[in-house]
Amino acid sequence: MEDKCTGCTTCTEYCPVQYPDEFNQSISNNKAIHIYYSQAIPLITYIDENCLFLKEKKCRICEAVCQNEAIDFNQKEEKTEINVGAVVLAPGYEQFDPKLREDFGYGKFDNVVTSMDYERLTDSTGPYEGRILRPSDLEQPRKLAWIQCVGSRQVNPPGANSYCSAVCCTYTQKQVILTKEHDAETECTVFHNDIRSHGKDFERYYQRAENLPGVKFIRSYASAVREDPETKNVTIRYATNDEGVMEEEFEMVVLSVGLNPPADFEGLADKFGIELNHHGFCKTNPVNPIETTRPGLFISGAFQGPVDIPESVVSASGAGSQCGALLNYRKGNLSIERVYPPERDVSLEEPRIGVFVCHCGANIGRIVDVPSTVDYCLTLPNVVYAQEQLFSCATNSAEEITEKIKEKGLNRVIVAACSPRTLEMLFRDTLREAGINQYYYEMANIREHCSWVHPKEKEAATQKSKDIIRMSVARARHLEPLMEIDLPVNKKALVVGGGVAGMTCALSIAEQGHHVYLVEKEAELGGTALKVHETLEGLDVQAYLRDLTAKIYQHPLIHVYTNAAITEAAGYIGNFITRVDSERGAVEIKHGATVIATGAEVYTPTEYLYGEDSRVLTHLELEEKIAAEEDKVINAESLVMIQCVGCRNEDRNYCSRICCSESVKNALKLKEKNPAMDIYILFRDMRTYGYNEDYYREAADKDVKFIRYDPEEEPHVEQAEEEGKPVLRVTLPDYVLEKKLEIDADIVALAAAVIPSAGTREIENLFKVGLSPDGFFKEAHVKLRPVEFAAEGIYLCGIAHYPKLLSETISQAYGAAGRVLTLLSNDIVTASGAICEVEENKCISCGACIAACSYGAIEFRETETAGFKAAVNPVLCKGDGLCNAVCPTGAIQLKHFTDKELLSQIDAAVQEEETTEIKEVMV
Amino acid sequence: MAGVSRLQYTTEIRLIRLMCSGRIDLAHVFRAFSNGIDGVFIGGCRLNECNYITHGNFHALNMVFLSKKIMEHIGLNPERLRIEFMSSGEGNLFAEVVDDFVQTVRDAGAIGTSKGINKNALKINFNAILNLIPYIRLVESERLRGHFATLEDYKEFYASEEFEKLFSVLIADKLAISQIMLLLKEKPLSTGEMSEILGLSPSEISKHLNSSSKQGLVKYEEGEKRFALA
Repeated sequence: MEDKCTGCTTCTEYCPVQYPDEFNQSISNNKAIHIYYSQAIPLITYIDENCLFLKEKKCRICEAVCQNEAIDFNQKEEKTEINVGAVVLAPGYEQFDPKLREDFGYGKFDNVVTSMDYERLTDSTGPYEGRILRPSDLEQPRKLAWIQCVGSRQVNPPGANSYCSAVCCTYTQKQVILTKEHDAETECTVFHNDIRSHGKDFERYYQRAENLPGVKFIRSYASAVREDPETKNVTIRYATNDEGVMEEEFEMVVLSVGLNPPADFEGLADKFGIELNHHGFCKTNPVNPIETTRPGLFISGAFQGPVDIPESVVSASGAGSQCGALLNYRKGNLSIERVYPPERDVSLEEPRIGVFVCHCGANIGRIVDVPSTVDYCLTLPNVVYAQEQLFSCATNSAEEITEKIKEKGLNRVIVAACSPRTLEMLFRDTLREAGINQYYYEMANIREHCSWVHPKEKEAATQKSKDIIRMSVARARHLEPLMEIDLPVNKKALVVGGGVAGMTCALSIAEQGHHVYLVEKEAELGGTALKVHETLEGLDVQAYLRDLTAKIYQHPLIHVYTNAAITEAAGYIGNFITRVDSERGAVEIKHGATVIATGAEVYTPTEYLYGEDSRVLTHLELEEKIAAEEDKVINAESLVMIQCVGCRNEDRNYCSRICCSESVKNALKLKEKNPAMDIYILFRDMRTYGYNEDYYREAADKDVKFIRYDPEEEPHVEQAEEEGKPVLRVTLPDYVLEKKLEIDADIVALAAAVIPSAGTREIENLFKVGLSPDGFFKEAHVKLRPVEFAAEGIYLCGIAHYPKLLSETISQAYGAAGRVLTLLSNDIVTASGAICEVEENKCISCGACIAACSYGAIEFRETETAGFKAAVNPVLCKGDGLCNAVCPTGAIQLKHFTDKELLSQIDAAVQEEETTEIKEVMV
Repeated sequence: MAGVSRLQYTTEIRLIRLMCSGRIDLAHVFRAFSNGIDGVFIGGCRLNECNYITHGNFHALNMVFLSKKIMEHIGLNPERLRIEFMSSGEGNLFAEVVDDFVQTVRDAGAIGTSKGINKNALKINFNAILNLIPYIRLVESERLRGHFATLEDYKEFYASEEFEKLFSVLIADKLAISQIMLLLKEKPLSTGEMSEILGLSPSEISKHLNSSSKQGLVKYEEGEKRFALA
């Protein structure tokens, strides 16, 4: 019974039944009653179908040992009916079963494993606590190979998938990096087809993996041909252009298996009455990748097809927004206000500090001696209670803290665990639940600041943990209860940028009853999509755009400003004030949320005679000319496309993601109009990820010639004459035929990079948002908060974030709308209590603090008896504390970071009578 | 990011969390040194890439240059204090810089043991500085602070003769008086004795004693041939 189980796992210990642990890929065993995995929610045990009682009606040991009487074998299956207005399907995916491919030896050779097997091996909660051991002899392999595209990008063997699984290249690189961190001596070889690093910052990640010593990336198909009967090593056969067919022996081989549709996808589709695509994933609306064929049913995650974590998170948020739009009329009907117990006033009590030291599974406990740390805590001043916890963040642990606060009369709590950035909010809430002011909580970071960075120095790490906790205790003794301020939320949104991203986002917000101000710098809405005519899937982009633009103008809650410029941006979450100059004059807009969707631009090439010869075009220009049926293009005899122009180089160290698909699309269109045309695509890696792989194959089948080049030997384009006809002569080395290749082309199309738009810097300064190294906007967290900025109340979507396909842009626009609506559905947001305050009788009215504050949060205010003194506006104060450092008398103090609190930490950094060398850092 | 990326670095460092490097002031730095901490490292956001809109890291930069100047003045190796600017994503840089800094401090040795510094004098010096901080904060924000765009400009300003002159008038003299007062609080001393302890020339000591006795702060004890607090 969920509410009774404490997750103590005594039952697991006593359970006599050992079965292969499915979560750990059946590499290690688990009991029939067990916790699914170490971060499972709720973190309690469950009984699976291997249970002896369930199978043979005997045993029941667990029932006997459970002191909480949480096990009830009389529970019956229950059927519950729930009436809902919308359904989100998020069934995930299955891994490809490599047994279907006999050439990899999976299931036949002991030391051939899948990438998911390997993933579990590298995990600290995995089968061998993070030790990488191979199956045959449980020894650590020193020489590993990965084989890419297992079950992906293949048509022939039955069961294989024609699409690209999109995530395997990068997860393999991650596994290589992890392996090398584990043991720097290990040799890693990756046999790959194209390397597809099309995700944000993935190109750099690829370089990082490739440049590690002892790591080889070999472009070749590979197969596992035999196993040594003695050593159980596996021989891989592969072929390169330089050396022909080769064989090499490895101690372990990892198959980078692709993504399949979820289990029983047909049953799922039947049950919900939705259609699937021919791959078995969900069939979605081409202009809304979150919408199924049945109204009211939405999907998120990999049921769309192979996607990475950020896209999954984005689609989840987007699905939320679309459910919200559908059910807007009954929003809030079921909401219940959370009520906390009243706060106990403890300000006059002596500090009674409780310290909870977290093992974090093995993350901390493996390095830091937690029991001795707990003992040490009890010797510290004002510490009246200390204990260890397996996972302090688990629901039951948090409840335990709440209970201990009450039981032991604690009035300060320290959790020694991980970074406050992740869990401070959770534990503050725990204190509130116990009726203690949340600012009496202090976090000692012994994971990111200790166990994770000192894994080889257990003793020093244990000492450091004690020091960190001692400093926290010193600080906790001086903590004060602080009040938070509730700010009203203006229910309107501002969307900057009127392209597909901005319009889709604006529409989704407006459909849920909020006014939206849509600001576009050009005279016309549409952005980059105005130049795109068709998608690879054949969607008429201009028709879609006309329809979308009409909806925007027709919506009564959307206010469009074209030819607009933002002159000033001020305010804060829930209460922004932005000044806009447009053809409608200058206006001041008050809004609660801001969305940045300012798009991107196409690089103007300086390479390959672009700008000098009118026959050299960019890919977008080519698309326009194809759409216009321009004679010179349609009737060209020979056309060459060059990929990666202006990116994946020193100037722009990223992949523009969309150009391979764009070129394939143009090639197919040209072949359709003029099948006789010779088309060459010169590429480095074809990155037609996901379903677009099918179009790549179609182009190859239609005799579009794909020729690979290396960046060290880029193609060369020159004007020439062949049989009296002027041509563009393209020369490059042909690695397969080992000779110089010459192609005479009528048209050369360059897949020019997508680059950050010119106004990016301006937006950055106006709204105080961050940029990634490549100059695109930087999200708050790449995986977990992909459509938010670190600055509260500001969101982003579209290609301003990173180049992406139209469907991905739409998905992200819905995702951003989802986040905006989460904010706007609140009547208030709560501002931190950690702000500055002036002690009037210490203030000498020098004004130094006022000069130091960029937010204008401090002013002189007349007091009753002492004349003018500095005073802080708590809403404007952002809590940076600059004023503290200039105040000569210490009259102004940043609460929660007062001098008293900081100095006590500094003092506690040195242990009494300690003479050893200790350094100190302030960040 | 160093933590999340599990980059390994030296264990000889303890971190204190602040919302902005500009929150740190001389009091924190010198309190740490006077506690016997061998080095203080300040990590801030990259210059001109402020997390807020305040560019508090420039405040921190000013504070560090001034602190270094004071450290030099009292014979403390200024390399024991370092400020570095990095983004939260640059975990590798953090690990690298911290390792390097700790090595530098290790080479400098435990605080107060190198260069034959008198431990008592060091304590007097730290106390003199800590006493003077309210005053330093005032003149610092009014007279000694640079307002430039680049790190190079700051280096130039703090190495300039103009700054040297200001420092000597605004800080060094006050500091010397504060040091003398603290010394005399313990017991009466002669000019020579004070000169030896503080490392200041006898003529400088005399100058400060003259002005201090005029203000009635110190007096000359004829019998002991020593100066004492008035």
